[in-house]
Amino acid sequence: MEDYDLFDRKTQAIIYGFQRNAIQRMLDFDFICKRDTPSVAAVINPTQTAAKAYHKVFLGSKEIVVPIYKTLKLATTYHPEADVVINFSSFRSAYPTSKEALETPTVRTVVIIAEGMPERYSRLLIKLAEESNKHIIGPATVGGIKAGAFKIGNTAGTIENIVLSKLYRPGSVGFVSKSGGLSNEMNFMISQTTDGINEGVAIGGDRFPGSKLIDHLRRYEANPKIKMLVALGEIGGIDEYAIVDALKNGTIKKPIVIWVAGTAARILPKGLQFGHAGAMAGSDRETAEAKNQALRDAGAIVPDSYEDLDKLIRKTFAKLKEEGIIEPIDEFEPPKIPLDFKDAVRLGLVRRPTDVVVSISDDRGDVPTFAGVGLDSIVRDNKSIGYVIGLLWFKRKLPDFAHQFIEMVIKLTADHGPAVSGAHNAIITARAGKDLMSSLASGILTIGPRFGGAISDAAKYIRQALQDKMNPPEFIAYMKDVAKINIPGIGHRIKSVQNPDVRVQLLKEFVFKNFEKHPHLDYALEVEKLTTSKRNNLILNVDGCIGITFLDLLENLNFTKEEIDDVIYSEALNGLFVLGRSIGMMGHFFDQKRQRAALFRQPWDEILFTD
Amino acid sequence: MANKNIYEFDAKKLIASELPKYFPNFNYHNKLVVVDSDSDLEQIISENPWINTEKVVIKPDQLFGKRGKANLILLDATVDEMKEFCNKNLKRVCIISGIEGEINRLLVEPFVAHDKEYYISITTDRDMDYIHFSFEGGIFVEENWDKVSHIPIPTGTDIMTFDLENVMPDLGNLKDVLIPFIKGLYQVFIDQDFAFLEINPFAITDDKKIVPLDVKAKLDDTAAFLHLETWANPEKPFEFPGGFGQKLTPEEIMIRDLDEKTGASLKLRILNPNGHIWTMVAGGGASVIYTDTIADLGFGAELGNYGEYSGNPSREHTEIYAQTIIDLITSIPDSKDKYLIIGGGIANFTDVKATFTGIVTAIKNSVDKLKTAKVKIYVRRGGPNEKQGLELMRQVGEETGIPIEVYDRYTHMTRVVDLIKRAEESS
Repeated sequence: MEDYDLFDRKTQAIIYGFQRNAIQRMLDFDFICKRDTPSVAAVINPTQTAAKAYHKVFLGSKEIVVPIYKTLKLATTYHPEADVVINFSSFRSAYPTSKEALETPTVRTVVIIAEGMPERYSRLLIKLAEESNKHIIGPATVGGIKAGAFKIGNTAGTIENIVLSKLYRPGSVGFVSKSGGLSNEMNFMISQTTDGINEGVAIGGDRFPGSKLIDHLRRYEANPKIKMLVALGEIGGIDEYAIVDALKNGTIKKPIVIWVAGTAARILPKGLQFGHAGAMAGSDRETAEAKNQALRDAGAIVPDSYEDLDKLIRKTFAKLKEEGIIEPIDEFEPPKIPLDFKDAVRLGLVRRPTDVVVSISDDRGDVPTFAGVGLDSIVRDNKSIGYVIGLLWFKRKLPDFAHQFIEMVIKLTADHGPAVSGAHNAIITARAGKDLMSSLASGILTIGPRFGGAISDAAKYIRQALQDKMNPPEFIAYMKDVAKINIPGIGHRIKSVQNPDVRVQLLKEFVFKNFEKHPHLDYALEVEKLTTSKRNNLILNVDGCIGITFLDLLENLNFTKEEIDDVIYSEALNGLFVLGRSIGMMGHFFDQKRQRAALFRQPWDEILFTD
Repeated sequence: MANKNIYEFDAKKLIASELPKYFPNFNYHNKLVVVDSDSDLEQIISENPWINTEKVVIKPDQLFGKRGKANLILLDATVDEMKEFCNKNLKRVCIISGIEGEINRLLVEPFVAHDKEYYISITTDRDMDYIHFSFEGGIFVEENWDKVSHIPIPTGTDIMTFDLENVMPDLGNLKDVLIPFIKGLYQVFIDQDFAFLEINPFAITDDKKIVPLDVKAKLDDTAAFLHLETWANPEKPFEFPGGFGQKLTPEEIMIRDLDEKTGASLKLRILNPNGHIWTMVAGGGASVIYTDTIADLGFGAELGNYGEYSGNPSREHTEIYAQTIIDLITSIPDSKDKYLIIGGGIANFTDVKATFTGIVTAIKNSVDKLKTAKVKIYVRRGGPNEKQGLELMRQVGEETGIPIEVYDRYTHMTRVVDLIKRAEESS
């Protein structure tokens, strides 16, 4: 690469800051330019924990990876060929990071994107760059572009615009401006009035840009591929006078079309700050008119207003062409960038089947909804947990009696002391030093046919008996002779007819009072009469009562037979027990943790050893 | 984001707090108080007892100079004279450099008797700072500019070890006080990210104490994040006042407030409420060029506003911005056609469709006003979703009957100004 070039088709950059879009845009540009290597060698992401990670990007339709390093030092060590650093860090950290980049021997050019770098910092970087013979573009810039070779970050906008502006192959015009915002406009205008941009740089609108208009114009002057220069200056500062001097002393000989913006300052209130930090005339010499006139006098091609700029560029280029100075261009059709999937979806060009169907909730809007009910209204209307369970489990807005019933069940199942399987396991696991999730899971995993499972089974068999129109004696015989199991939900270790279970009494009271109909409970109580006549502890127990009354609840909510089948099939009854008992098992976990309880070990004397 | 003027009071307070770190012999009196239109004079006097015991100086602190020449400075005053001066001048309307404004802020400080006035200022440039020094300070410094020494200090110089004496004019027996003062002042200038500092004049008392009399200063506000302990202290940051007499209209204040709330940029200055050409231009660079072209083609006096919107503002904010400009252009209808330029270059990433959706809503909400004021709209824009965005504009023209001409990237950015000129000439 020649001294006058900052970038060519082999140039690789290190991107400071994890700018996904900018990186992909650079690679899209590489693809349509048919570069051999991607223009991004590595990314620096100082906030990542790993020393090296990978970022997936597309080069055309092919997916490749770009390494992401935690530090610039790592990146430059592994990528010494990358001599450009594009610094996206914020105005707060742009100075130390740019300084580090300029101090790195393998780095030749540093582009500073951040807006709002303190002027003194800019000046210290300028000094550092001058001393080490390096280049700065920015701060406060989008960057620049070497047509057909290298694109800085987000320069030149969308790929459509890049193609329309023919930036995928070099033309004969070198362009430089302060404004990054207008560089797109100028790139396109130049593509329409000439054979296109060879290189275009936006130096940024600060009072002390890292490189000046003249610095780039000198490079363009030295570049034999560039036949004419176009520049856009701005009110404020005296940098344009360096161009005047270069024209006068003959160091710039190529035709230069230039316009200094800000001529309207004369009609605006004094001291009005234009868009850029540097755009304020401090003296007559700094006005746009003075600079335009000085440039005109020195031989630059300066229009009377911006309005005529395109015409003068067209005319100047036509003249060069007539003189045979312009070389023909190898035109080619740039390859098309494959459409991103999400864009194709948006445009209705592709469709893809989904993987999952969800019917109970939606969090895509402003407020999550449960079965169509906004979480905000649930909270504002002070709805209960039972109501939320109704929405998420049964997709129904439950009436008061129903969600009160559900909450009662949760309370009744919340805990049954430390000795039962679930709580015991949770305690042992907690004392083994495990975390909440492991201890809770250990407890929950004991729930099954012998522990907690009676709820579901009681419901299942009583429902079957009713459906098959068995009378209670037939049902008892069926359970004994066909199912060959004890009737689930019947029987208690301690409680009996004489010593009833208060939990069952409460449930029954609630159902008789609040349910319009309760055929399952009625049937179960008929069965209980028969079983307790055999043995007085063969009572309807709390698990059985919950399962059976839950069926009555569903009947009262007008669930159809098929819907009730679904509730039982989907284990919603087990769900009630798991939910309720989890409260207790977590309580036991917290209790053990608070005590810092030591590891539990079953004593040998509680174990009978044998061979 | 640029160099911002600060009040003389703030500049002196900042120097008073920072300079002694490098120039311990500064011994500044640090007696300063601001009197504004709402101040209770008696309370100020009781809180600043030196006003009663010393003679004082009173002058406006509103970013304009040559106060002596305008008879707006009172020297060597007693407390009663001070009160009289305050009462006479506060809320008084004056014309300063052709701009009308109200005196509403006076600075009171002790009067320091002195024979001689010295000049010092510090300016910044790309490779150098410059210290400007003269023995002939005061109001005649400009006439005696050839007597000012300009000492370049290269960027990054450690002033404390720099041989300043060698590059200064002969300071005679004041050397021992001036060299440490200038070095310290320069170090404060660097430390605090001043962009400009002028002490004109300062006095040197008989016991060789330096007293800044009049101070003008600008800070580089981009450095605010480095100065949370001093001038950008979030609890009491320095104010960056506008120029004398600068008053914002309610519309300008509303847009400024909106601008401060968003990450996008929304700017508005009203130039001529009766103007016949108004602009709503996307992008800082493009807005300057449109304004230039309007002036260059001879319509400067007709230009209603200067402003820009950029940085991908939301649809809602664009709508509010558009509505504000539409309200302004339609507020004073007359017999002549008015022109609204909805302009811009080719955007990098600002979604043309999204921003134009906001503008179209504002147009639809203002059909009658726009017709009454005979507003013709000229649109020129490019960028992401440009086709759809421009089509929206065409449609709203057809639907509402408001004359809207729409141009895309293939029409030169400012050609609409030329088209307006032609329309104006043919009507």
